[in-house]
Amino acid sequence: MKADATLDCVGLYCPMPIVKAAQKIKEMKPGEVLEVLADDKGIKLDMPAWCQTTGNECLAIEESGGEIKVYVRKTQK
Amino acid sequence: MAEAEKEKLTIVVFSGELDKALAAFIIATTGASMGMDVSMFFTFWGLNILKKNEGPAGGKGLMKKMLNWMNRGGTRRLKLTHFHMFGLGTAMMKKFMKENHVPSLDEFIKMAKDMGVKMIPCSTTCSVMGIGEGAFREEVGSLAGAAFFLNEARQSKVTLFI
Repeated sequence: MKADATLDCVGLYCPMPIVKAAQKIKEMKPGEVLEVLADDKGIKLDMPAWCQTTGNECLAIEESGGEIKVYVRKTQK
Repeated sequence: MAEAEKEKLTIVVFSGELDKALAAFIIATTGASMGMDVSMFFTFWGLNILKKNEGPAGGKGLMKKMLNWMNRGGTRRLKLTHFHMFGLGTAMMKKFMKENHVPSLDEFIKMAKDMGVKMIPCSTTCSVMGIGEGAFREEVGSLAGAAFFLNEARQSKVTLFI
């Protein structure tokens, strides 16, 4: 999936991937897609939950060999 | 989200152990990341989390000085609820936290402040425990009482007691 920005959160645990993603999304424009790389499995449930609360869109969660890629589209104003 | 439509999260921090403090700050910083307006009320042993690490123990008069010396507080002196083991268990957990890039409690407090989390010490327990002005670190806001807490809690979607 094509992303406008990538955030490397490999090696970070809750709440840091969410905290950093929230900061990053703030800097992005509506419609842009953020790719978050992580290895903390918690993010698979945390990111959709974060999106549900903040009104952003969780497009996809891909996992291969322990690395998790999460794609979030900024839809909040 | 506009200020008026932000959801509120209110946390009462009653406990002064390192693990409970971390839990409180993890939830607070995550709440702020989720666009929530977060207030933390510190009371009784929770006040120790906010005390400065350096400087004199403080307190006016011999008894208050003694109480603050015994109940010194500060992030560096907090113990774990279990397995403190004279500091050995706590030191081990701090080591594991560092190895796993988990922020320290000091870093969490600074992060919370930067994210707009309000940290409010309870004025009554400050007086009951002989804690004077200037005892708290710079991130801490002004003192307040139960009415202020209840007014925040009343409007909150989530209220926790830790």
